[in-house]
Amino acid sequence: MAVWIAVLATGVGCYALKLTGLVVPQRVLADPRVRRFTELVPVALLTALVAVQTLADGRALELDGPRLAGLGAAVAALLLRAPFLVVLAVAAGTAALLRLPAG
Amino acid sequence: MTASDGTAAGDAERDAGSAAARSAVRDGLGVGISVGLSGLAFGAAAVTAGMSVAQACVLSLLAFTGASQFALAGVLGGGGSLVAGTLGAVLLGARNGLYGLRLAGLLGVRGRRRLLTAHVVIDETTAVATAQPDPRSARAGFWATAFSLYAVWNLSTLGGALGAARIGDPEAFGMDVLGPAAFLALLWPRLTSGRAEARVAVAAIVVAVAATPLLPPGVPVMLAAVAALAGMVRTAGTRPAAERGEG
Repeated sequence: MAVWIAVLATGVGCYALKLTGLVVPQRVLADPRVRRFTELVPVALLTALVAVQTLADGRALELDGPRLAGLGAAVAALLLRAPFLVVLAVAAGTAALLRLPAG
Repeated sequence: MTASDGTAAGDAERDAGSAAARSAVRDGLGVGISVGLSGLAFGAAAVTAGMSVAQACVLSLLAFTGASQFALAGVLGGGGSLVAGTLGAVLLGARNGLYGLRLAGLLGVRGRRRLLTAHVVIDETTAVATAQPDPRSARAGFWATAFSLYAVWNLSTLGGALGAARIGDPEAFGMDVLGPAAFLALLWPRLTSGRAEARVAVAAIVVAVAATPLLPPGVPVMLAAVAALAGMVRTAGTRPAAERGEG
């Protein structure tokens, strides 16, 4: 039940925020600092999320070899300008290969 | 052709306009279908994190914004607080509000139509719409992306969720890497586009990692929004440096 509430609240909250942007008066964007902030917040939040998902398990920091290798492979694929789905496949495939049971 | 303004110049302009609109629709369908397929990863990640198939599907239908959905699943999977997880997921969706500021003018949406349009204001629709040369093709690209992505994202969420229920250990297939890899790929153009972005990214990593052992899961990511302010202070600080020199 608690998970359902979280799912519905996330859905409603996300929709409300999307709508807010469409109904806010355009002049708000006239301030260059506001515009700059709008560009930087997603960079901060998404990078933090990548870091936490890669380096943490709950509140514990952990270094998981295959997971780090998978992310490293994703970076390599991005440097080679691979398409989005190829990046995902390379990342997951690398981690999966390294987790194959020996023998 | 029912060209009432019938001049050759008018025809040429209109042809160029419809060519741009067709190209925008092609872009939109390409992004919508390919990115939409990563709903498989979300469906699998959600079920792995402990959501039911129905919960994963309802979240895709209602939230329809990948970062927030992966974030909520991530906090659930990490055993984090649902309140912090929900707040973090919604805060991640805040960027869609910021996209709306720009799209309202570009798409020319007013009145009640904003209620429908709002639901599909996300990274991908914004990226396709803002890449177009004129408002007409921006609208065409926006809606082509919106419809194809909504359909494919929700169907593939269902597929991924059902598939994950049958797969034994999703980590064996590297599925735990899909979320961070997807974010990294979405962020990549921004991280490599400017020094301020790279600085913000480094600051965000430091804040989030440092806060992880101290705060409930979900909160460190929210807290990392501060890194964006730090980035602004630093960019603002470099410009008036000359002015400060006077005083």
